[in-house]
Amino acid sequence: MAPKQKKKLSRRKKSPKPILAASEDMEPVNMESMGHPEIYPLVLTTKTQEIFNCRIDEDITDEQPYKLINKEDIFEDLRNRAAVSDFHPVKKIVQEYPGNELLLVYDKDFKYGLNFYLIGTEEGKENYLNPPEVSEEQEEYKEYIPEDVYIYKPPVSKPWVSLGSEKEIEEESVTESTKQITYMISRKRSEFGAPIKFSDQNASSVKDAYIECTAYPDKNFTLKQLEKDVGMQVIPQIKDISTQTKWTYPKNATTQYYPREFSEEEKETLKQSKPLVDFLNNASISVEIALQQNEITNTFIDDWKHLAEEEGTFGDKTDTHLKEYQSFTDLHSPTEKMITCVSWHPTIYGLIAVSVAVRLSFEDRVHFSGKLLLQPSLILFWSFSDPIHPQLMLESPDDIFCFKFCPSDPNIIAGGCINGQIVMWDITAHADRIENVKAGGSRSKKATLKPMFLLEPESNKEAMYIRHCAVSSIENGHKKVITDIHWLSDTFEINRMGSVFENRSGICCQLVTCSADCTICFWDIRPQKPLTPQTTEKKKEESIEIPFDVPSTFLHLDLSWKPLTKVRLSKGETSLDHCPTKISLKEDHLLCKTQDKVLAQSKTAKAEEMNPYHNLESRMPNLLKPIDDFCTKFFVGTEEGEVIYTDWKMEKDPETGRLMPKKPVSLHTIHDGIVHTIQRSPFYDDIILTVGGWNVAIWKESVMTGPLLQSCCAPKRYTSGHWSLTRPGVFYIGREDGYIDIWDLLEKTHEPAQSQNICITMITCIKPWIFSPKQQFIAIADYYGTLHILEIPWTLSRPSTNEMTSINHYFEREVKHLEYVEQRKKIREQEKKEMEQEMAKKKVKIYQKSKEQMEAELKMDYESYLELEKTVLINLGLIRVTEKGSYSDVM
Amino acid sequence: MEIGEEAEVEETLKRIQSHKGVIGTMVVNAEGIPIRTTLDNSTTVQYAGLLHHLTMKAKSTVRDIDPQNDLTFLRIRSKKHEIMVAPDKEYLLIVIQNPCE
Repeated sequence: MAPKQKKKLSRRKKSPKPILAASEDMEPVNMESMGHPEIYPLVLTTKTQEIFNCRIDEDITDEQPYKLINKEDIFEDLRNRAAVSDFHPVKKIVQEYPGNELLLVYDKDFKYGLNFYLIGTEEGKENYLNPPEVSEEQEEYKEYIPEDVYIYKPPVSKPWVSLGSEKEIEEESVTESTKQITYMISRKRSEFGAPIKFSDQNASSVKDAYIECTAYPDKNFTLKQLEKDVGMQVIPQIKDISTQTKWTYPKNATTQYYPREFSEEEKETLKQSKPLVDFLNNASISVEIALQQNEITNTFIDDWKHLAEEEGTFGDKTDTHLKEYQSFTDLHSPTEKMITCVSWHPTIYGLIAVSVAVRLSFEDRVHFSGKLLLQPSLILFWSFSDPIHPQLMLESPDDIFCFKFCPSDPNIIAGGCINGQIVMWDITAHADRIENVKAGGSRSKKATLKPMFLLEPESNKEAMYIRHCAVSSIENGHKKVITDIHWLSDTFEINRMGSVFENRSGICCQLVTCSADCTICFWDIRPQKPLTPQTTEKKKEESIEIPFDVPSTFLHLDLSWKPLTKVRLSKGETSLDHCPTKISLKEDHLLCKTQDKVLAQSKTAKAEEMNPYHNLESRMPNLLKPIDDFCTKFFVGTEEGEVIYTDWKMEKDPETGRLMPKKPVSLHTIHDGIVHTIQRSPFYDDIILTVGGWNVAIWKESVMTGPLLQSCCAPKRYTSGHWSLTRPGVFYIGREDGYIDIWDLLEKTHEPAQSQNICITMITCIKPWIFSPKQQFIAIADYYGTLHILEIPWTLSRPSTNEMTSINHYFEREVKHLEYVEQRKKIREQEKKEMEQEMAKKKVKIYQKSKEQMEAELKMDYESYLELEKTVLINLGLIRVTEKGSYSDVM
Repeated sequence: MEIGEEAEVEETLKRIQSHKGVIGTMVVNAEGIPIRTTLDNSTTVQYAGLLHHLTMKAKSTVRDIDPQNDLTFLRIRSKKHEIMVAPDKEYLLIVIQNPCE
């Protein structure tokens, strides 16, 4: 049987199929699915049954449910009734049927769905009519075949039986449903190969260049969320609020209270109450334990901290030498000069003033007095910036031996002359010159590119000669050279009696001088109240023309200046007096540290635009308050090497009724030469250094039994000395051979710690000065007129951490030592007395010896005497020696 | 008897004052009013007022931590000196000492 080919209707265009047309082409439905492909179910109507004589239950019975029908009959029926014919669905089968007669079977049970069915194949017909009876036989055959023998049966190809799989394949297979459209695009031949130019184009710019399907929210597709998963947390409600107080206006409010206190009676009653006594007894035990603990040891000491010295140092620690910084010499002076006194300017950095004097002895001075008159005596102001030209030169009538800047106003200088006069200068007018020294110096540095001989001094480099503005009275002042001058501190002033009063003017207005005529004078620079009309007359007489460039600050003093008081240092009954060379008052040590103080004061003075020194008012002795408990004692060093501690207050001699100076409190002759330095330590106001002759001594003011330290005699004479300004145990001593000895009390107390050579001649003055914590200079003046400025190294300027306390300890030890010595002296004296007494007693005892003993002793003495005589005579050669011996032995 | 006690008080205070480095001694009552002192009045009053408060605070601190505990002695060490306070129910003994040189 040829497999049926199902022709799909896909060939046709898409169009609804007419049902009639489809039925024409429709394939007869066969019972393939039931395994009988030859069976075609049919519905035969009654009419058809009658035609073909296959009426149910008449022609077709159960016994013969089939009918053979001729093929031609079917054809005729088909022709007659065409579509109405029942055989219409199987028309094709009938046409193809090879035989003549078709078998029509009545399907009583509707086994195949319809009442009749037609068998389409001959074989099927045959099979129906003659059902095969072979099946039984086949089963029988199967039983008889032995299983041992396997008979190979090659597979027999069977016809493919459709089981419905082709339908599934049809369903699953993918075929194109649409007809493919083909386009043929052609171009003109002439355009082939022509260059093509591509360009960009925005699709939206050209109309209809693109078709888009824009998205739109379709309500059909919007999802409404019906459930949502949410988490929640509870937090406290927080609120931020700020306020601002309104301070309408500030108002001062004060309260005062006083503490509650017990009255005296209450205190007394309480004192006697029992609970207080018990409490004290109990509490004092623990308190005393605690106190003792503290006395034993300090538990809070940080040993590391105390072990270390201070933090990093500048410069080399091992360098202990003074480094030469600069030196100044006056090259213009014709005669040889020596420097007598040096003083640093208290405020201006790098300015130092030197007083020079001629290097002649007294006789030579007298001899050359004519020549000397022509040369001016000067105080030179040197600045670090210019070592050749002094900045200022102050003129004086005669050589100055000592001078001092006024602590309240550095423009006032007081100096003591060789002839006993005090000379005053006022350099306020030139103050800007020296203040701007540094600026001028920098300018000159640029100019020094030229060689020195081409260098012309600038106009402001010319040192100006400044005349003194006042000298003291010649008759009333000192008669001999003034050896020392000091400004009294501005905290007190004294009157004619020597009593101390408070100083209302706030400036230093009094001086004290000592001179070789054995007097110490106190001077006041303020104008004296005109007591008698005589003074006015005097002034009229002495109306000398003043040169225009001299300030009139001290005009009232000029040539009429009298000392306030004179204190004569007399040696008791004799007419010889002490010749003071230096004095040291209690307040002097402050002058070394007045830098800041003076600055402040000078600034305030400038602000007022009224220099108090230009408006000196006269003293008001009655209105001032006396200062009680003021120590009016001071130290004096003399020419003979004595150190005197005396009082300047005058007392009334009961006999004569005159004012007499008091007797000195103590007098010590320690030094073998002139005492040229008495200086208080900058750290202690009761420790004094005295240098003179060949040794050094340190004194404590309250201890008058002797010096705390007295050095042994040095090989060379000491000619000047000064404490160090920063280290309490260090002082500098200058020698006559140009060496400087640096003493460090913490290192050695019997000799200087180090010695350094500065110059070749005697050192006349030493003055250290502090410029900054890192820089300290020392000015050393020598006999040949050269001023050396040296820099003090770090080790000598920085005190060690406990230096103050160590020096304190040292001095206390020395004081105790002195006390001990005193006590020992007393004990010694006592012992001596006792010893003498004993000796006396012993002597008495000797005479009571027995006579025999005395005779024996006498004999022994005589024998020893004979021996002695013999040896002497032999030595003299007067007795010949009988022994064998050379002649030379005897001799 | 009273005189003897008074002398005892004096003697105790003198003994404490004579210790090395002691700057001042004072006895203060429970309210901070000084009873006996070796310093001047203004200093005494200042010390008494301030130390009384501090001692109360220290005492309450100690008792807060452990109610069965009590303050027996208070020592305040400063750079310059050491202040020692011996408290009692009714009085305070304050001693100021400079422990090291």
